[in-house]
Amino acid sequence: MATLQTQTAARFMMAPAVVMLLVWMIVPLGMTLYFSFLRYNLLMPGMEVFTGFGNYEFFLTDPAFFVALGNTLLLVGGTLLATVVGGTFLAILLDQPFWGRGIVRLLVIAPFFVMPTVSALVWKNMLMHPVNGLFAWIARGLGFEPVDWLATLPLFSITVIVAWGWLPFATLIILTALQSLDREQKEAAEMDGAGPVSIFFHITLPHLARALTAVTLIETIFLLSVFAEILVTTGGGPGIASTNLPYLIYIQALLQYDVGSASAGGVVAIILANIVAVFLIRMIGKNLEA
Amino acid sequence: MGAITLEKVTKEFSGVKVIPGVDLEIAHGEFVVFVGPSGCGKSTLLRLIAGLEDVSSGTIRIDGVDATGLAPARRSLAMVFQSYALYPHMSVYKNIAFPLKMAGMPEADIKAKVEAAARTLNLTDYLDRRPGQLSGGQRQRVAIGRAIVREPEAFLFDEPLSNLDAALRVNMRLEISELHQSLKTTMIYVTHDQVEAMTMADKIVVLHAGRIEQVGSPLELYRNPANVFVAGFIGSPKMNLIEGAPAAKYNARTIGVRPEHIQLSTESGEWAGVVGVAEHLGSDTFLHVQVEGIGQVTARISGELNIHHGDRVWLTPPPERIHRFDGEGTAI
Repeated sequence: MATLQTQTAARFMMAPAVVMLLVWMIVPLGMTLYFSFLRYNLLMPGMEVFTGFGNYEFFLTDPAFFVALGNTLLLVGGTLLATVVGGTFLAILLDQPFWGRGIVRLLVIAPFFVMPTVSALVWKNMLMHPVNGLFAWIARGLGFEPVDWLATLPLFSITVIVAWGWLPFATLIILTALQSLDREQKEAAEMDGAGPVSIFFHITLPHLARALTAVTLIETIFLLSVFAEILVTTGGGPGIASTNLPYLIYIQALLQYDVGSASAGGVVAIILANIVAVFLIRMIGKNLEA
Repeated sequence: MGAITLEKVTKEFSGVKVIPGVDLEIAHGEFVVFVGPSGCGKSTLLRLIAGLEDVSSGTIRIDGVDATGLAPARRSLAMVFQSYALYPHMSVYKNIAFPLKMAGMPEADIKAKVEAAARTLNLTDYLDRRPGQLSGGQRQRVAIGRAIVREPEAFLFDEPLSNLDAALRVNMRLEISELHQSLKTTMIYVTHDQVEAMTMADKIVVLHAGRIEQVGSPLELYRNPANVFVAGFIGSPKMNLIEGAPAAKYNARTIGVRPEHIQLSTESGEWAGVVGVAEHLGSDTFLHVQVEGIGQVTARISGELNIHHGDRVWLTPPPERIHRFDGEGTAI
């Protein structure tokens, strides 16, 4: 790739892929931006008019918006906390030598391969169901009143379901990071008088910093757009107690047929995601530097 | 203070006896080197003493106290690892301070001790750096610094110089020897390099397949190797070990003669041969001579020598310098 000629050739070769990706991104983004400035309702086709920032005003002053924003942040934060802490704990357990470790590792990773709709349905009907669910059965067996999880603790229940799906991802990444920890370093710390807890906080955790950063960043990107789990379990309810931003946009667009407001919501969501990303990179991105 | 005794120590890894049984006395203040080819169990033995591995049977005493079941940190030993095992996210200062911090020492005392150690090891200018920003020799010194601040009863070194280049290795060898002179603490040093063993040790322990072949001072081992293995392992270039008729003449199964003891002549001698390769080092010349009826014999001749490939020479082993070994390989 040294000469001018090869560089030019390389640009030509790459151009179709780059143009394809660019179009793929720009067209929907452009259309969303365009729609967000129109009064555009599917129930009144052919009556689109330009409304300026009317849709934004409508979307941002909707009381549901702030609830959804809070729910989004709670869902992301709660899932992150559960998967990072739980993943570290599980990874340390799986790093110990024990009989049948290969099979146990496979089983731990399995939830990641279950699609969100399926896992949410399994949780809804087989585990959290107040009559047929396993938790209800356990509660009754212990003499307690069964909890109707999705009705009384909807956001918490969805956080649990999402965290269950993402825990294997965190575990897997943290486990590989753990395995790259030099054994002699742990032994040196042991000889220096550090107990297991001190070794964890002084040696293991700093070593995991990068992996934890990567897990946090990647999960945040995906968790901001959680949708399937909400759709098949609570449908955003009761009321709007488990509605997050993507779900609110879905309500606007496909339940109220208000494409204009939904587009405005989409643009707001993009801006919010970028704000979160900037904060995250500022806070923990320095760990990624070598 | 710092006396270590091993009694019938054995170690098995999933049924394989790596160390079939070792008895060893290490006196206070001694510099003991465990030497042997790779896989001979020397590192395992060191790790058993450190407590990083559990013994399968036997007893380890440190200063007369049974330490067999003690945790590594409670044996008051410090270890320097082959990979240095520095904590990459901590500064040099924090690396050296770590064992003191773990011992719960007040911050002011830690600072004084770390700075004293840094002065001894010429690390004062590097205290704020991370291990990744140091050269190999400096990292080695940080690892030693981390060991000396604890003021242990004994230091354990696990092949500490094997990651350094040749020139630095000679320097660090001297520094470790000087450190031993000034601290007068017991040191146990594991290496596969017999030159390190010969130059540094008060006492060498030669290990082979988990067994102690011989224990003695460097010169004892050089002069009176107990068996063929030690004879072949100690000394550079290797001792010539000769079997068959020439050995039978001396009533032995095997005879050994060191290259530096062989007398060379261009006219007459006991063994006649043709020079294969002549390695001229300036101070010495190593001649690899193809001797009739014996095979290859190495001779070390001091000074510059005008002998080349293909020349005919005669070699004579001085009778008082011949080592004789019986059928089991034991010295007679």
